[in-house]
Amino acid sequence: MNKRMFSRLLLALALVSGPLLAQEAAPTLYDAHINVHDMASVQRGARIFFNYCAGCHSLQYMRYARISHDLGLSEQQVMDNFDFNGVKFGDHAISSMPAADAAKWFGKAPPDLSLEVRAKGADWVYSYLKSFYLDPSRPVGWNNTVFANASMPNPLWELQGVQTAVYAPSKPGEDARVEKLDLSQPGMETPAQFDRTARDVTTFLTYVSEPNVFERERVGLWVLLYLVAFSLLAVFLKREYWKDIH
Amino acid sequence: MPHPGENHDEVDHGRRRFLTVTTAVVGGAGVVIAALPFIKSWEPSARALAAGAPVTIDISKIESGQMVRFAWRKLPIFVVNRTKEQLADLPGLDPRLRDPECKETSQQPSYCQNTWRSIKPEWLVMIGICTHLGCVPDYYGQIKPEPFDPHWKGGFFCPCHKSRYDVAGRVFDGVPAPLNMVIPPYHYIDDVHVRIGVNPKGAA
Amino acid sequence: MAAAPDAWKPRNRTLRWIEDRLPVFGFLREHTVEYYAPKNFNFMYFFGSLALLLLVNQIVTGIFLAMNFNPTSAGAFASIEYIMRDVEWGWLIRYMHVTGASLFFVVIYLHMFRALMYGSYKQPRELLWVIGMLIYLALMAEAFMGYVLPWGQMSFWGAKVIISLFGAVPVIGNQLVEWIMGDFLPSGATLNRFFALHVIALPLVLLLLVVLHLGALHTSGSNNPDGIEIKQHKGADGKPLDGIPFHPYYTVKDLVGVGFFLLLAAFIIFYQPTFFGLFLEHDNYVPANSLVTPAAIHPVWYFTPFYAMLRSVPSKGMGVLTLLSAIVVLFFLPWIDRGKVKSMRYRGASYKIALAIFALTFIWLGKIGIGESTWIGDTYIARVLTAVYFGYFVFLWAYTYFGWERTKPVPERVTMHE
Repeated sequence: MNKRMFSRLLLALALVSGPLLAQEAAPTLYDAHINVHDMASVQRGARIFFNYCAGCHSLQYMRYARISHDLGLSEQQVMDNFDFNGVKFGDHAISSMPAADAAKWFGKAPPDLSLEVRAKGADWVYSYLKSFYLDPSRPVGWNNTVFANASMPNPLWELQGVQTAVYAPSKPGEDARVEKLDLSQPGMETPAQFDRTARDVTTFLTYVSEPNVFERERVGLWVLLYLVAFSLLAVFLKREYWKDIH
Repeated sequence: MPHPGENHDEVDHGRRRFLTVTTAVVGGAGVVIAALPFIKSWEPSARALAAGAPVTIDISKIESGQMVRFAWRKLPIFVVNRTKEQLADLPGLDPRLRDPECKETSQQPSYCQNTWRSIKPEWLVMIGICTHLGCVPDYYGQIKPEPFDPHWKGGFFCPCHKSRYDVAGRVFDGVPAPLNMVIPPYHYIDDVHVRIGVNPKGAA
Repeated sequence: MAAAPDAWKPRNRTLRWIEDRLPVFGFLREHTVEYYAPKNFNFMYFFGSLALLLLVNQIVTGIFLAMNFNPTSAGAFASIEYIMRDVEWGWLIRYMHVTGASLFFVVIYLHMFRALMYGSYKQPRELLWVIGMLIYLALMAEAFMGYVLPWGQMSFWGAKVIISLFGAVPVIGNQLVEWIMGDFLPSGATLNRFFALHVIALPLVLLLLVVLHLGALHTSGSNNPDGIEIKQHKGADGKPLDGIPFHPYYTVKDLVGVGFFLLLAAFIIFYQPTFFGLFLEHDNYVPANSLVTPAAIHPVWYFTPFYAMLRSVPSKGMGVLTLLSAIVVLFFLPWIDRGKVKSMRYRGASYKIALAIFALTFIWLGKIGIGESTWIGDTYIARVLTAVYFGYFVFLWAYTYFGWERTKPVPERVTMHE
C-alpha cells in the first residue's frame, strides 16, 4: 500500500474538514449541552412545551401516539397532559390557534416547531429561549438578542422573570447594541432552574426533530458490530486466497 | 514464477472452504437482514394506523331487521339488528353450512364464537367482505324464497361469484367462499354505542 | 482474450441447456474467472467496485423512497417527513439514500484521482476515461435533481441558482430557463419533471454508461499502479504473467473494501446522518419559500468546487463559461497529457507536485464554495485557485509536449508493495 498517498489523503481530509465544521460567529450562542437520551429531561420538556408553547406552535409531523410510545407514557397520560384540543391519539399535535388570527395578532403565524432543532440547531433554540428582554419599541413588547425583532412574546416569562437590556455605549448615528441582559424581575424559577427548563424544552424539541433517534442509535450498534465481524472474515478470506499470489 | 492456482500443494483446502462458506453465510445473512427494513416498509404506516384507529358507532337508530354500514379502517362494517325470526332460523341451517360451529378461530374473536356470532344475540357486527375474493356482499334480510335459494332464511349474497352467507355471516356449503365472514373486535360502551377495533375488557 | 466459445460449458445439464441457447454463464465467466487483472492493485482500486455498490444502493433505496414520495410542491416536504416518521424503517431507507449520494461522490472523486495518479486515462484507455466523464456528468445531473425533491429551502434556491446558469446562454437564455422550470420560478411543474428524470431517465442513462464503461475496461484491461501493460508478457497458456483472475482474487479483495466502506457508511447513517450539516443541510429542514432566501445558498458539497469558480468571476457569462470549461477540460485530459509514462511512480517530480497542488486546489475551492465565510478575501483566493486549476492542464501539456519531463525507468513487470 502506498503510504505517501494515504497520508496525503488524510492531510486533504483534515484541511477540508477543519474549517467546515466551525460554526459561524454571530450571534453568540450558549452551549445547550442537551442529551436526548435523558428521558426525564425529554418528558419534562414535553410537559413544558404542551403547557406553554403548544397553544400557538404546532408539531405538525408529530403524533401523540408516537410521543406516548417513545417517551414511555401511557395513552391516558399523554391525552390528559398534552392534548388540550380533544383530538385523537393518533393525530398530529396541531395548535388550536387559527393561522389567520395568529398572523393578525403577532404579525406572522407562529412557525411549526417539528423540525426547529434540525433547522436551527439545539444551541440556537436553547439560547433563544433564554434571550428575551423587554423592549417597549416592539409591537408585542418583547425582543430577543438571538433573533432580533422576533414577533414573539416571551412565553416563559412567569418562570424566567423579566429581563431588560443593558445597552453598550454607542456612537451617535449607530444603533444601540445590547451588551447584556439583566434579570430585573425574578420569576418563579431561579436562573439555574430556568436554564434547566430551557434545556428540557430544547431536549424535547431535539427528539421531535428526529423521533427515530433512539431506534437509529440502537440499531446502529448492531449493524456496526456485524460489519466489524464481516470485515474481519473478509480479511481472513482475502489473505487465504492471496497466499497463491507471489 | 508460480501461477495462481498451480501450487495446490501449499493450499489448505479445508481452511479455504471453511472461510468461503462462513463468509458467504454471514454475508448472505447480512443481505437478508438488510432486506427486512425494506419489506417492513410496506406495512401500514403510522398514518394508516392512525386512520385505522378504533371508531365508536351509534346503533340507536337501526330498526329491527335493518342493516346499516359503517367504516372502520376503510372496511365496510355491517351492523344488523336481527329479528327474533331470523335468530330462530339460525340453528336449523347448520347442516347446510361449511363451518356452523365457527371452529375457524381467525374469523371471529372468542367472545363471538357462538351460534349468532355476536356479543348480544340480536346485534350482528361484522366486516362485510366476502371471504372468496373480497367483494362486498348484499344484505337480503327477508325470510322468503330468493332466485339463488328457494329456502332462504335471510342473510348475505355476494353478487360477484354467488357466495351465500346466513344472517350470522356463516358461509353456505357448495359456494366458492371458503370461510365465514370476519367479526371484528368490538365492545359495548353503553346500550347504543359500540366501539369497533377494541376487545371488551378482560377478553382476549 | 475471451475463451473460445466452445471451450467451456457448465457441467449441470439444465445450465448447459440454457447456455446452448443463451451463453450467459460463459459471458459471466469471461468477465470474472477469465478476466485477468494486474496483481498489483492497491487500495485506490477499491473505488470502482464501491461505486457500483453505491449505484445499486441508490437504485434500491430510491425505488422504495419513490413509493412514499409525493412529487408536488404542496406535498413533497411533508411526504419526506412522512417517510422519516410514519413509514416503518423509512428513516433508514432515506438516510441510506442521502448518505449514499454523498459517498457516491467521495468514491467517484477518489476513483478519478486514482486515474490521474496512475495515468489510467492514457492510451489505450482514452474512451474508458471519456465514458467515465460522461458518467460523472450524468451523476451530477442525477444528484442535482434528487436534491431538489425534498423541496426545502436549499432545494428550492439551489434549483433556482443552478437553473439560472442556463440564462447565460446567448439569445435564448431566459426562455431556456423558463422552459426548464415550466414556470417563472422553480415550482410544482419543475419538481414533477425533475422527479421523472431523477427516477427514470437518468438512472437508465447511468446504467447504460456503466455497462459501456465496464465493456471498455474489459476490452483494454485494467491499468495498474505501475502503469504498464500486463498483456505484453504472457505465459505459455496465453494468460498475462502479471495478471490474476478477477474472481476469486479480486472479488475477495473487494469484499474487504466493501466491509470497511460499509463500516464508514453505517457510522454516518446511524450516528451522524446529517454529517454536520454537509450531507443534509440545516436550511433544507425549512420548507421552500420563494420569498425568503436563506443566509448562505450554495449547492451540496460535491458541486462547490465548480460553484466557487463560478462565483469568483465577476461576470455571469464568463462565470458560467469558466464552470463549464472546468468540467469540459477534464474530457480532454488524455490528449492534453502527452507523456508516455503512465504512473506517477515513474513520472517527473514536477508531475507529482502539480497533481498534489491540483487536488488541494480542488478541495480548497470546494471549501470556499460552501461559503460559510463572507470574507471578501475568499473571492480573490478563489480566483487564484481557479487559475491554478486551469494552470494544471496548461502545465501538463507544456511539460509533456516540450519534453521537459524527466521520467524514471519503467520496470518491465509489475512490482508488489506489501
